[in-house]
Amino acid sequence: MNALYDFSYLTGSIHEWLSERVSPHAVTIVEMILVGISFMLLFAILGIVLVYAERKVSAFFQQRLGPMRVGKWGTAQTIADVIKLLLKEPLMNKEADKFLFNLAPFVIMIAAFMAIAALPFAKGLQALDFDIGILYVAAVSSLGVIGILLAGWSSNNKYSLIGAMRSGAQILSYELSVALSLLTIVVLTGSLQLSVIVESQADGWWIFKGHIPAFIAFIIFLIASTAETNRGPFDIAEAESELTAGFHTEYSGLKFAFFFLAEFANMFIVSAIGATVFLGGWMPLHIGSWEGFNAVMDFIPPIFWFFGKVSFLIFMMMWFRWTFPRLRIDQLLTLEWKYLLPINLVNIVVMAFLGLMGWHF
Amino acid sequence: MKSIINYFKEIYFGLKSLVTGMRVTGHYITHPKEIITQQYPENRDTLKMFERFRGEVVLLHNENNEHRCTGCSACEIACPNGTIEIINKKVDIDGRKVKALDTFVYHLQMCTMCGLCIPACPTDAIKMANTFEHAVFDRSKLTKVLNKPGSKLMDGVK
Amino acid sequence: MEEIITKELESQEYFINMGPQHPSTHGVLRLVLSLDGEIIRNVEPHIGYIHRSIEKMCEHDSYQQIVHLTDRMDYLSCHINNEAVCLAVEMGLQLEVPERVKVIRTIIGELTRLSSHQLWWGVMGMDLGAITTFLYGFRDREMITDIFEETCGARLTMNYNVPGGLMFDIHPNFQKRTKDFIAHFKKKLPEYDDLLSNNVIFRNRTIGIGKLSKEDAISYGVTGPSARASGFSCDVRKHYPYSAYDKVQFKEVLRSEGDCYARYECRIDEMWESLSIIEQLIDNIPEGPFKTPTKAVIKLPKGEWYQKVETARGEFGVYIISEGQKNPYRVKFRSPGFSNLSALNHMAKDSKIADLVAIMSTLDLVIPDIDR
Repeated sequence: MNALYDFSYLTGSIHEWLSERVSPHAVTIVEMILVGISFMLLFAILGIVLVYAERKVSAFFQQRLGPMRVGKWGTAQTIADVIKLLLKEPLMNKEADKFLFNLAPFVIMIAAFMAIAALPFAKGLQALDFDIGILYVAAVSSLGVIGILLAGWSSNNKYSLIGAMRSGAQILSYELSVALSLLTIVVLTGSLQLSVIVESQADGWWIFKGHIPAFIAFIIFLIASTAETNRGPFDIAEAESELTAGFHTEYSGLKFAFFFLAEFANMFIVSAIGATVFLGGWMPLHIGSWEGFNAVMDFIPPIFWFFGKVSFLIFMMMWFRWTFPRLRIDQLLTLEWKYLLPINLVNIVVMAFLGLMGWHF
Repeated sequence: MKSIINYFKEIYFGLKSLVTGMRVTGHYITHPKEIITQQYPENRDTLKMFERFRGEVVLLHNENNEHRCTGCSACEIACPNGTIEIINKKVDIDGRKVKALDTFVYHLQMCTMCGLCIPACPTDAIKMANTFEHAVFDRSKLTKVLNKPGSKLMDGVK
Repeated sequence: MEEIITKELESQEYFINMGPQHPSTHGVLRLVLSLDGEIIRNVEPHIGYIHRSIEKMCEHDSYQQIVHLTDRMDYLSCHINNEAVCLAVEMGLQLEVPERVKVIRTIIGELTRLSSHQLWWGVMGMDLGAITTFLYGFRDREMITDIFEETCGARLTMNYNVPGGLMFDIHPNFQKRTKDFIAHFKKKLPEYDDLLSNNVIFRNRTIGIGKLSKEDAISYGVTGPSARASGFSCDVRKHYPYSAYDKVQFKEVLRSEGDCYARYECRIDEMWESLSIIEQLIDNIPEGPFKTPTKAVIKLPKGEWYQKVETARGEFGVYIISEGQKNPYRVKFRSPGFSNLSALNHMAKDSKIADLVAIMSTLDLVIPDIDR
């Protein structure tokens, strides 16, 4: 691995520089603030880039051009949209529960923030390296449903309430599949720590090393994570042709922007988890004994590998959204409990057997 | 046993149908040449409407500022919506008082572009123009006077 | 104790106003749903939000002027509506229209049906959450509207028919453009199947949903593809041929299931049938005048006339009572959407909200057609 691309030198030197000047407690606080600010910036950039990407990708799927007016190729369109959302009047339903109504967008955002902290972006570029990393991310990323339920309940709108209730049933059941499909790989890695999982893929990604069970787990993860982020074809919580806008019907302006941003942030988070566990995180693509090829791949910085894989997964999710019709609520639960979960459980047993016999690469 | 086979068959054909759908959309995202969007205000110069397109009623004038409308009100009668109002005046021609067109009032806001007035005209004085950008900020601007100031009846039109 | 439990667990029906502004009612239709959780117990359509009293307006207009009002009823099959009025007036005048007119009317009528079904297909996908189909449907419809614009002078409200014939002859490019369209659309129609018809999600969303038996279809007065999907043979083109429909070969599309998927399939198959009708006629447009001259002021003799045609949505009827004046004494339109809507409660009862959307889009409602 090219030492040039290791971020631990940078982060380590910042830590040393701070330690020489202030007390250890202050170092922790300053570092936390720094990490917080950088994640906030990352979220803002992610929101702007992903909204633009979604609009362009959907446009090209639909033989349209998408935004073209603001900036070259409409690149500044999202910034214009942000300004519009900031200037909009924050309306509130007269009968709404004001405290919960205002709290809900923040709950969703905080859940997204907590999840992103454990993601390994590149070597040494990880805010929190838990030894239960996957468990933590899987647990925290589903906290967002509380925000959705709060939004639906406090809006005093029946459409919102139906959307929120649907979303609750949906996320609770799909959380199982996400966790189980990740567990399938954990069987092989033997660790829940995300950095260890990434390191274990230095000689090949798990989706290649794990044979068919890993591939099945990857497909299940893709389906379940799309459902967990409330995106089409599983967007029954919003379902604009049934429930107008679902749980965020009554939200406007900045609070609506929070929901919107959280959707894209969640999409990024689940894609990042998928990329880390199945596609080797920031590890470059290595093929067996092709030394030359592997050396070339090493030249591409890990951060590009990471974001490249994440964008691939995000593109797949967009592809799903812009191709398929929406499922009905009972079909959604049927898919989970009758298909994904049993297959997943069998898959884990098969994977454990593979791991036991050492049949994986 | 049969139900198990059916179970996997269902999954296989379900996934296959989904992939077929994704192939269609995948085809279009990889063929940006097939994009059909027309960027409207930018392509104004090249945008050409079909000649029969019914945009609004115009009264034809020649270079001498003469039109062919005799003020017979046939179009006013043919119009289903009261879009056209013909106001006539009396003019002296060779000492005789003759009816002639004073103002041809056209209420664009009421027009449904049905085109019934055009075949009704006995002298082919009016036609449907191809214009289509009719939006204005003031509703009163939609009420138009079609005969140009100072225009008069073409010679030989009765 | 038991009493308390049942009282506490007692579920309560609640009401939701779906519409007048709602993405899937496609217009200003208002449905009052009484729901038990997600399950619909009762659907009550409230109509009248776009009532423009077209029938009353007809009593003040001359027969030529009535025609363009029917454009504004079912705007997706406007040419066929126009044709119905013209046929009724021609029946009253005992006027024989030239063969050329009949053939052109049939071709444009079938093109209208195609464009309506294309739009319906796109919207159907959008209602079920596949927004991309909306754009694909409109892409193909665009070619038809171009044909209309070139020949008829307008894209939607064409007003191409006049009593006695057509407003003007077809454009020289008409045949070439139509053939181009047929060639293009024959390639694109299988894509429709790939995107929706064979899609497992779509099939699960529609098969077995919103069942309507043949008996119910007849007793509710449902017509068009929605009724033919239940096995009710009601194609006016087949049973009471008008214009050139007696000269062409086509089969009436019938299904027996009566569910959403059958209604969907009916319309897809009708598109193939329409293409074949146009193909049979497009090279065989007889020469001749495009209009039988009528008097400038048409006066129907005293009497009553009824003419029905098959629009994209079902049976559209025009009933004219004349007192011998230049205006009709009374005009009554039988619009297919109104009768089709009346079966909605029967079909949507005890299904889910998502099913209601699917049922409504397979009924293919056009709200101005219902309210008139």
